[in-house]
Amino acid sequence: MAPRIGLFVTCLVDLMRPSIGFAAVKLLEQAGCTVEVPAAQTCCGQPAYNSGDSEDTRAIARTVIEAFEGFDYVVAPSGSCAGMIREHYPALFADAPRLYARAQHLAKRTYELVSFLVDIRGMKTVEARYDGIATYHDSCSGLRELGVKAQPRALLASVAGLSLKELPGAETCCGFGGTFCIKYPEISTRMVDDKAKDVVATGADTLLAGDLGCLLNMAGRLARRGDPVKVRHVAEVLAGMTDAVPPIAMAD
Amino acid sequence: MEATSRAFTDNAHDALGNETLQSALGKMRTGFPLARLITIGRLPEFEDLREQGKAIKDHTLAHLDYYLEAYERKVEAAGGHVHWARTPQEACETILQICRSVDAKLVTKGKSMVAEEIALNDYLEAHGIEPVETDLGEYIIQLRKEPPSHIIAPAVHLVKAQVEAAFRAHHTSLPPDRQLEEVGQLTDEARAVLRQRFLSADVGITGANFLVAETGSSIIVTNEGNGDLTQTLPKIHIVLASLEKVVPNLEDASTILRLLARSATGQEFSTYTTISTGPRRPGDLDGPEQYHVVLLDNGRSAMLGTEFQDMLRCIRCSACLNHCPVYATVGGHAYGWVYPGPMGSVLTPKLIGIEEAGHLPNASTFCGKCESVCPMKIPLPKMMRHWRERQWQKKLNPPAYRAGLKFWAFFARRPALYRFGAGLAARLLRRWGGGKGKVSRLPLAGGWTAGRDFPMPEGRSFQGLWAEKLRGR
Repeated sequence: MAPRIGLFVTCLVDLMRPSIGFAAVKLLEQAGCTVEVPAAQTCCGQPAYNSGDSEDTRAIARTVIEAFEGFDYVVAPSGSCAGMIREHYPALFADAPRLYARAQHLAKRTYELVSFLVDIRGMKTVEARYDGIATYHDSCSGLRELGVKAQPRALLASVAGLSLKELPGAETCCGFGGTFCIKYPEISTRMVDDKAKDVVATGADTLLAGDLGCLLNMAGRLARRGDPVKVRHVAEVLAGMTDAVPPIAMAD
Repeated sequence: MEATSRAFTDNAHDALGNETLQSALGKMRTGFPLARLITIGRLPEFEDLREQGKAIKDHTLAHLDYYLEAYERKVEAAGGHVHWARTPQEACETILQICRSVDAKLVTKGKSMVAEEIALNDYLEAHGIEPVETDLGEYIIQLRKEPPSHIIAPAVHLVKAQVEAAFRAHHTSLPPDRQLEEVGQLTDEARAVLRQRFLSADVGITGANFLVAETGSSIIVTNEGNGDLTQTLPKIHIVLASLEKVVPNLEDASTILRLLARSATGQEFSTYTTISTGPRRPGDLDGPEQYHVVLLDNGRSAMLGTEFQDMLRCIRCSACLNHCPVYATVGGHAYGWVYPGPMGSVLTPKLIGIEEAGHLPNASTFCGKCESVCPMKIPLPKMMRHWRERQWQKKLNPPAYRAGLKFWAFFARRPALYRFGAGLAARLLRRWGGGKGKVSRLPLAGGWTAGRDFPMPEGRSFQGLWAEKLRGR
């Protein structure tokens, strides 16, 4: 029987780039899953969590726990949000045994999209074409909390027309950091400028990653510098949906 | 030293505009991490060692009173003295007293971050005693009258020409036309100048990487041998260390030593690892006549049993600084006090107060690199987040930031309202952008758009589109 997936869209995808959500749905269906999208979801709560606002964090986490009960798996097109649910939710309820158990249950079933496709569903190839030279940035939470590294590269290798050029410093933070880029915009800008230079130096025409926050940051800096690198979420390429929407920060 | 952590944002601004500093940081950014990778690559058991090191420290911290008292007994048995200091003031006073007991005029010092923490040099100078730093980097910054910018490479923020300038300004008895452009010439000159100081010092003060309870020994590691000359030539050797430096036995110390240099400089072992136990014994060829240990608490014992206890595992290797993308961008001085980088962002608020150091635990993207390279597996981001929780509870955040977050959280806690708001925001932003892929200015996003364009949304929320799709089915 096809596993039932609750798609955690993430607040950024919901607001900024719904195409990533539809790409995720398509990929999950290709992997033999049925996908539902609980309406009662907003955000994983990281802005509050990383600001030290425990009360709002717990309230938001509770909403997510309730909205996603009963699915076989919960999948998010983001290592950061999946990491929040998987690695941090249970500890939020350390003093509330019943909620803790529910948070644990949710945490164990929650995955980042691409690693879910490869590690859990055993996907080895995708039916997609993308003509270009791409480079890949490893977003921090996905990489270090969830071990997302080889999976996107494995699937990208099967995309017709695409060649992947490794990005030196791919594991170095792009400077987004959620609220960090609001609190320290100058430092954040320097960090993303370094990243943009590394990206341009690869000679790739496309930059891919698995987290929209990082992508918005890098696309915004590349655009400001006038570098014509096309920036996209990896799911758009894997789902073969790049015709549906122009690259981030670019018009039709 | 006077903390400037409150001015972190301004400090960082200056650092970003300082081209000399940026060039110095550029070299550090690749040097230490690469060396570390190579050396741990040659040690298959490195990850196991990390687990062992962590376990040793956790065990010791769980029985800290026992090991400290055991250590004290062994030091006394070897003919040394242990002085307990609750505060920086007490530590400074104790050291001054010991110096005065031999009418000391000149004190040589091995590199010690605890000495920086208690501002020992200022204190000694104010009381008529001249302290001379003997670690090359520390010596350079002493001449320049500035604090260290890194916990093991105090002058890492400088380039060669600045060192030359400092030497020319201070070594005025040397011929002004001497060659001083090469690293070798600079180190030769420092060596010659310092040699005289070593020989005439009355007291030598070193820090400690480990205090060994089993033997009452202190252990220091250096790459210059300056620690050995500091502690063996003068009449008195004072070890200044904070109390979490204690480990049960030599075996434990050697386990952690295998992690230390690899994590720090990427060396397999530091050039000198020196174990000192008590003063000179009858028949010894050299060594001090007196051996004193000043054990500083300064709030550390109060960290036991709290969410900050794990920080006491820190062995000051600097791996977290060396791998921190924020440190690499702004350098150590921007943090505004003794301990910079991730470890400082956890420790400094404890030592000078979260009111003073509030920026530091926020100056992190939580990229997690620091925790991933920490040989003691200290969950640094988690502890920075604990500080942010305290800030939030004490309402120390900027009011606009707080209000913004509360506004957002109001919606994020109410899914139906949020769905409506997100759909509306997606449309409004799209309209603001006039169909363009990006805008260069956006109300309330001035920080973002100062250095980046703001990518425009597609125009509809996913939830809105998904609901339509379901209805169409």
